[in-house]
Amino acid sequence: MWRYAGRRVLATVPVMGFVALFVFSLLYFAPGDPAAIIAGDQASADDIARIRVSLGLDRPFLIRFGEWLWHVLNGDLGTSIFSNLPVVHLIGQRVEPTLSLMLLTLLLSVGVAVPLGVLAAARAGSWIDRLVMLFAVLGFSVPVFVVGYVLAYVFALQLEWLPVQGYTPIARGVLPWLRNLVLPVVSLGAIYIALIARITRAAMLEVLGQDYIRTARAKGLGLAPILFVHALKNASVPIVTVIGLGVALLIGGAVVTESVFAIPGIGRLVVDAILRRDYPVIQGVTLLFSVVYVLVNLLVDLTYSLLDPRIRQ
Amino acid sequence: MTLGRRDVMKLAAGLLAAPAIARADAPRVLRFVPQANLSSLDAVAGTQYVVRNAALMVWETLYGVDSSFNPQPQMCEGHEVSDDFKTWSFRLRPGLTFHDGEAVTTRDVLASLQRWMVRDTMGQIIKSRLDALEAIDDRGFRFRLNKPFTKMLFALGKGNAPLPLIMPERIAKTDPFQLIKEYVGSGPMQFRTDEWVPGSRAVFELFQGYQPRAEPADWLAGGRRMNFDRIEWQILPDPATAGAALQNGEIDWWEQPIPDLVPLLKGNRDLVVDIADPLGNLGSLRMNHLHPPFNDPRARRALLMAVSQPDYMAAVCGGDDALWQPTASFFTPGTKLFTEDGGDLLKGPRNYEAAKKLLAEAGYNGEKVILMVATDIAITKAEGDVTADMLGKIGMNVDYQALDWGTVGARRSKKDPPGKGGWNIFHTWHAGADCINPAPYTALDAGGAKAWFGWPDSPAVEQGIVAWYDAADSAAETAAARAINRAAFDDVVYIPTGFFRQYQAWRHDLAGVVKAPFPVFWGVRKT
Repeated sequence: MWRYAGRRVLATVPVMGFVALFVFSLLYFAPGDPAAIIAGDQASADDIARIRVSLGLDRPFLIRFGEWLWHVLNGDLGTSIFSNLPVVHLIGQRVEPTLSLMLLTLLLSVGVAVPLGVLAAARAGSWIDRLVMLFAVLGFSVPVFVVGYVLAYVFALQLEWLPVQGYTPIARGVLPWLRNLVLPVVSLGAIYIALIARITRAAMLEVLGQDYIRTARAKGLGLAPILFVHALKNASVPIVTVIGLGVALLIGGAVVTESVFAIPGIGRLVVDAILRRDYPVIQGVTLLFSVVYVLVNLLVDLTYSLLDPRIRQ
Repeated sequence: MTLGRRDVMKLAAGLLAAPAIARADAPRVLRFVPQANLSSLDAVAGTQYVVRNAALMVWETLYGVDSSFNPQPQMCEGHEVSDDFKTWSFRLRPGLTFHDGEAVTTRDVLASLQRWMVRDTMGQIIKSRLDALEAIDDRGFRFRLNKPFTKMLFALGKGNAPLPLIMPERIAKTDPFQLIKEYVGSGPMQFRTDEWVPGSRAVFELFQGYQPRAEPADWLAGGRRMNFDRIEWQILPDPATAGAALQNGEIDWWEQPIPDLVPLLKGNRDLVVDIADPLGNLGSLRMNHLHPPFNDPRARRALLMAVSQPDYMAAVCGGDDALWQPTASFFTPGTKLFTEDGGDLLKGPRNYEAAKKLLAEAGYNGEKVILMVATDIAITKAEGDVTADMLGKIGMNVDYQALDWGTVGARRSKKDPPGKGGWNIFHTWHAGADCINPAPYTALDAGGAKAWFGWPDSPAVEQGIVAWYDAADSAAETAAARAINRAAFDDVVYIPTGFFRQYQAWRHDLAGVVKAPFPVFWGVRKT
């Protein structure tokens, strides 16, 4: 098990190197210029050129990449061109909101979607199954921001139960923290619930048709133990896969959700950085996202091997 | 004790039914949504309006313009000027202190002005005429010029970036082309760097050591009395969210609501919606004068004949006709230098056939015309769409390039031919406050290679600008403005697409909000 995990960790190193080079090249060749944005609309072309020089943006690709890579290897992701704050500090400010949003969404999604999928499979063809699938189709079809606006209109503007926007750190109390996250989590969770519920239903239907389930029923086992003890464990590999893949979906969805609900998370940080061409921030966040994604995939792979020992061989 | 299902349900119901979300709670906290993300605070190195607006709370200038554009003493007690306008002496008022507790001295003033003079157009003119900028003592300093400069007070008190902000000497010594890293000023509010979350929140805290002037506040002039302990800028990138937050009482003041949401906000009795800046904005169609077809003035005039300002303004302002007016002027309507001399081609019915003929005379033969449109900004997107339609009507082959503002901002500085990474047309707009006279008006400069993007070359416009700088009285200034307007239309420096204003919106319990080219925080209070 440990050798398997070690091999997988080592395999991520070249992936990270490639991601770093790719992102740097993309930004280098992409149009746009942070100097023009710093200078503002009233500045002349000469002003912009001088700001470019002062930022070192006129230097050749390899020198800039080498310098950046050296700093990254030394644990320094650089400094924002605009705010002059270290990228690590900027990311640090944003980790808690994004992590809160993603973890709560994951929790809500798995907690709701798996039972729904199991129920739909157990009652395949019934109105419950159709209702769950209708919800799944809606969850997939309606964009996150539309769900967000509708929820904000109903629960914040009309009922005045929850805030429209913002984030309260958990250090200021769990309830204020939750109040700010309810609407974003439900908005972001809708698509994820739909995805997991569908996959769970499909995987469960396959397992429920197998001989050992029939045997379990013949032995007189109740529906709940059959579904949740015998069937779900064997149906869990595709479910775990889709949860892992869904983390990428969550990262993308978090960008939109954070914008709609003005949550100061990493998604908004990177969108703002892209619009302003704040290269060190874009590079730092992209690197972080890729590390997270690689780690999640690693975790999923390791979970496979726990769920199905044949994979370890 | 066990927590049952019913207990959990009760807890959830209690959570949801809790009192309505905190309205902008403490009366001494103002929650403000600025027009854009505050990415830095250096209004000398950068000219973004949002940066200028934040900087005006943290730093002060020696003079400040009032709502009649008359510069009044702010950090200075007053001045003396020689009869030939070559020697200007100033004296700081006593008791000025920086946020770090250090007194403001002439050392700080001289270093700050030196940095500003590198970046600002008026500063550069002063620098070019400067024999010496010298300290008299800790509170007195003097400009000695080799040529008269009558507009010194306006230069030191103007509200357009780059601003002559007075910073501690150690900060003012920063390269003028680099952003400062420390935000210490002597203004009424101090910036809380430790609470700054760029892209989300910026906090300004009352500076207890600030001593406002005795005169009543009037834009940048007079006493800047703050009625808040904290001003929190919340950056809300989504207009729908900002609108909802304002209605819900989570914010107090929204600087620039989009026109689409204005009817909704106007229908809410808890809100006030009003024109933000009486000086408004001038829409701009900017052509590249370096390359065909617009290197030929006849091609530029052809566009002048085809541009329909009502079409542009309808696209920008939606159905709200109160927000805009046509203008055959490069100067802000309603201000002293406003004139429509020479602007006849922009008035009356549009003549597409004559425009086509003129284009043909200019040698245009269906070549591709690159129109860069920043589609992430509502105003430029609307104007770009109207231009694409208009160019089609006069037979031009339009290459509509949908880009983001970051790309347009970078690419417009390229002088390469359009086919090699350059461009032919882009849209922007100029704040009316920047178009009141030639000093802050970078876009009017027509000095060829050194001019603003598009690089118009019009000796007549340049002569007019020089005449305005040298004008000894108001009549001479007006005459110079007329000459500039005529020449700018003759050579088509750019095409004004109309004059438009924007709204601001605030909660009803906020009093003292004034109309100005920038949000004026002093004097605002909660009732």
